[in-house]
Amino acid sequence: MTRSFKAVPAIALALALFDGAAHAQTIKIGVNEPLTGAFAASGTYVVNGAKIAADEINAKGGVLGKKIELVIEDNKSNPTEAAAVAEKLITRDKVPVMMGAWGSSLTLAVMPKLTEYEVPMVVETSSAGKITTSGNPYIFRISPPSAVEGAAFSKIIDKLAIKKADFLVINNDWGRGTAEDFGKMMKEHGISIGLVETMDQSAQDMSAQLSKLKATDSETIIVTTAVDQLTLIFKQAAAIGLKKRIITTGGSQNPDQIIAQAGAAANGTMHLTTFLPWYPDKTPNPEATNYFIGEWKKRGFEFAGVTESFRGYDGIRTAAAAIEKAGKAEPAAIKAALWEINIKGLNGDIVFKKSGPPARKAARASRTST
Amino acid sequence: MAQLLQHLVNTLVLGGTYALLGIGLTLIFGIMNVVNFTHGVLYTFGAYMMFIVVHQLGVNFFLALPLAIVAGWLLGAAIEILLLRPLRGSDIDTTMLVMIGAWIAMQSGALWIWGGVAKSVNNPFPDAPLVLGPVSVSWLRLFVLAAAALLIVIAYLLINRTKLGRAMRATFQDHDTAALMGVNVSWVYTSTFAIGSSLAAAAGALLGPVYVIFPQMGDLAAVKAFAIVILGGLGNITGAVIGGFILALAEELGAGYVSSGYRDAMGFLIIIAVLIFKPTGLFARAERVG
Repeated sequence: MTRSFKAVPAIALALALFDGAAHAQTIKIGVNEPLTGAFAASGTYVVNGAKIAADEINAKGGVLGKKIELVIEDNKSNPTEAAAVAEKLITRDKVPVMMGAWGSSLTLAVMPKLTEYEVPMVVETSSAGKITTSGNPYIFRISPPSAVEGAAFSKIIDKLAIKKADFLVINNDWGRGTAEDFGKMMKEHGISIGLVETMDQSAQDMSAQLSKLKATDSETIIVTTAVDQLTLIFKQAAAIGLKKRIITTGGSQNPDQIIAQAGAAANGTMHLTTFLPWYPDKTPNPEATNYFIGEWKKRGFEFAGVTESFRGYDGIRTAAAAIEKAGKAEPAAIKAALWEINIKGLNGDIVFKKSGPPARKAARASRTST
Repeated sequence: MAQLLQHLVNTLVLGGTYALLGIGLTLIFGIMNVVNFTHGVLYTFGAYMMFIVVHQLGVNFFLALPLAIVAGWLLGAAIEILLLRPLRGSDIDTTMLVMIGAWIAMQSGALWIWGGVAKSVNNPFPDAPLVLGPVSVSWLRLFVLAAAALLIVIAYLLINRTKLGRAMRATFQDHDTAALMGVNVSWVYTSTFAIGSSLAAAAGALLGPVYVIFPQMGDLAAVKAFAIVILGGLGNITGAVIGGFILALAEELGAGYVSSGYRDAMGFLIIIAVLIFKPTGLFARAERVG
């Protein structure tokens, strides 16, 4: 009898040691971003921003006395891959929290995996409304949904005296969601909506769509897509002599990159962005913004990327704050802690509140920002 | 009317490069009977060669083009000698699997060397387009069209008017007879594959500066090239040229008047129709070689 009593604590101790050896060094945060494919430029910027946050946190002693380790995986700008990457990060790397997945369609593809494995994810870029209104309690979004972006735009839209507008949007949840949300807002301002043209995310030639838009009686075109496709659109619009006012949305335009790559073809275009690194002192958190921009330049990255990379920086700091608050690196605790954090992001305070239709009970998150 | 004219001008500039892609593949797929999955990678390779030669070596844009084409020729010859020559005589499935492997390996290689972020190539043409009444077109695209037309004519003359061309046609009509007549069959295989590859690289080198360059850019181009070859009939150079323009027209008018969301599907709807109603291609000759 006595012998068997002694054996139990010995086994428990052995398990504890074994368990400790596997997890002692670092706390992992999964990063699910597009590093190849149509959104490679944007995803790479976000990852570089995330690395700055991780290095800064680790230089200050890490989280819960341990260093954080980013496990970065490429989702190839492809929703199927994004879901596979999430599964790999959760089951193989055992990450207790993730950040991702840049594009709305990519994030939407990951969401069922979050429910399946009960791991929370901080969404740093995606803007489609349904991400936070579909009732998935593991989604914590820090980027503005397109309806919020539209509401911000509505404050200045009357000054532009738009009478009729067409849309040219990327053919995915982000683009179509933007056309819907902006269209609704613009109709409320008495603006009539003409054509809604779409383009495949990997399309390189938009001349056909632009020729069609050139022939309409609208004077403004609202364009939603990522920076590489935008550059091509400006060049191709100039080439077919399209002279309408172009306004881009989504916050993934990287205006400096457009100037560098599209040159004169981008003259007179307007861009709705969410973060203004050109005036760091006017951002919500000037001290942190100046630090971030300084660190970005020190690492030799192009300034153009800052409008995108701040998302990765804020995303990792959000995840790290939640781990600290949770007191342990476990998914359920981190998910609960995300509701309680209040940190100063580069683009405003990050506090989560529930969103979505009241009929559904699941918790939803969105960001309160300026 | 103005919109239709603009669509037709767009078709012309797009169709020229589609034709170039198509004839490169029809030589290899149609005549040599090799399902060439590396065609798209060779297109990508041509575009990256432009980037390297113009931006990293600082060579003039117009000199860079022939350099990129020669590089494509050399890479094509290397693929033929290293991968296809040992497999000669084996069935089409084996060759196809090896080519799929080569495609994946080369695309991953491009990713490893140049990274996933898209690059763009500067060109010496003015930003302001050429305006002709209601339509306008960029000078770069006009140049691309002219260069594509020149390359198509050269390829046509090479195959129909030269000794090498005659040897090529003889070899793929009857391999053994050609060999008995003193044709160096091995060399003809290598040359044909290299010429087809250099045309793919030429299309990439011409379109790289028009668009942006990234490792997966060739995937869609390759699918379209296969569509053009099927449309024009296997091994039919003229068919591939016309097929290229038909595909461009279908995409332009499809996007312009039907739905832009299905732009890239338009071409494939035509292919399905062709395969159902005229499976040998729109321009198939009574007797095909190969």
